[in-house]
Order: sequence, then structure tokens, then C-alpha cells
Amino acid sequence: MSSNNRPLSPHLDVYRLPLSALLSIVHRGTGAFLTLGTIVLVWWLMALAGGEEAFMSAQSFMGSFFGRLILFGWSFALFFHLCNGVRHLIWDAGYGFEIGTVEKSSFAVLGVAGVLTFFVWILAFSLDIGV
Amino acid sequence: MSLRSPLGQAKGLGSAKEGLHHWWAQRVTAIALIPLTVWFAFKVAILSMSDYQTVLESIGSPWSAALIVSLIVAAFYHAALGMQVIYEDYVSHKGIRIAAIMGTNLLMFLLAAAAIIAMVRIALGG
Repeated sequence: MSSNNRPLSPHLDVYRLPLSALLSIVHRGTGAFLTLGTIVLVWWLMALAGGEEAFMSAQSFMGSFFGRLILFGWSFALFFHLCNGVRHLIWDAGYGFEIGTVEKSSFAVLGVAGVLTFFVWILAFSLDIGV
Repeated sequence: MSLRSPLGQAKGLGSAKEGLHHWWAQRVTAIALIPLTVWFAFKVAILSMSDYQTVLESIGSPWSAALIVSLIVAAFYHAALGMQVIYEDYVSHKGIRIAAIMGTNLLMFLLAAAAIIAMVRIALGG
């Protein structure tokens, strides 16, 4: 055994993940979560196809506290995965690999995802109260 | 002594020369999903307080239905490709891994088919 100064893989339980690493695993997590979420989309379209009664009961579930909680989580997961996915496409093209740039784009991804989530909910609620 | 021919033994070793297709299909569906998901999310938000007839007509209008069917195809394809990578990274048992990938692919196909059937009914009435 010659060298003991080789870089080691991070020990996950004692190693604080940098933001870029955290967003990387969250990208996977949101991807898997969105895959599950497609079931909600199929259910909603099926309810709409099934007639007024089926649709209204689906709508009342979506409008309940629990339904809105799922939709809120889903919308943020969607916008996060979307924004981080765009960043991945930019990386695929060969740009943005400097550590400082990655740090900035991490914040940009979180910011844009937050803004999009905010706007989509503001839009829904402003129609709710009839603005 | 094996009954397999030398060619048969050599095949299957090394690159299958089709590794790029998965990666490329993931990117193509990703690019398609950028406008489709943003459009759909805001459309659903706008329709969230509308009555049944309004939603039915809006979702079922020809362009809207075409975009939603495109969204469904791209989203389920993208999801199946993504879940495959997750299984390949974390499920070490070969049999379970293959079963998980195959099961997910079949389930994604079924869900996509269900969603498209629903869209056909919404768009054409029935």
C-alpha cells in the first residue's frame, strides 16, 4: 500500500454536501416524485373524460387542504426539475463548469423554480377570489 | 466445451454500440417538455376555478389536445428512461433490477395509454 494521500469518496454521514451535490440528488428525487405524480395527471384526465360528477369529485379533492399540499409539492418539484434540467442541458453543451459558475447557477435554479411556483399559485388564487 | 459458436461468445462482450440512444432520447424528450410543462402548468392554474364545461372545452380543443397528448408521450418516455437510470445505479441484484425496469416500462406504457384514451374522449366527446 503505497499512497495514502489519494482523494477519498466523501463519507456521506460526516460530509456536508455542497449545494451543487445537494441539488444533484434532489434532481433525482424530484424526478422519481414526478414519475409518481403522473398518476395524479392520469387520474385527473380520466375524471374529466368520465363526466361532470367524476370531475367535480376530483376537483373537490384537489381543492382540499391535502390535495393542495400535493399539488404545491408537485408544482415546485416540476419547476425545480425543469430549471435544473435546463442547467443539465447547458452542461451537456459544454458550458458552465467553473466552480463559481456552478455555485451561481445553483442559486439561479432555486430562484427561478421558486418564482415560477409562486406565479402559478398566485394566478390560481387570484382567479379564486375573482381578481 | 461449449456449444456456442466463437462469434456467439464474442458477441455481448464489450460495447453494444447503442449506449447513445438512451442518453439522446432523454435529452430530446427533455427539450420537448420545457415548453409543454410550463404551458400545461399555467393552463391548469387558469382553469383551477372553472366549471366542468369550461375545462372540458378548453382541454379538449384541437390544439390543446394535441399538445397534451405530446406532453403525455414525452413525459412518460422521459420518466421511464429516468427511472431506468435510478434502478441501474442503486439496485445491485440483476434479477430485481431487470424486473424493476421492465415493470416500470410496462406501467408507464399503461398510464400513457390511459391518459391518451382519456384525451381522445375529451377531445372527440363520448
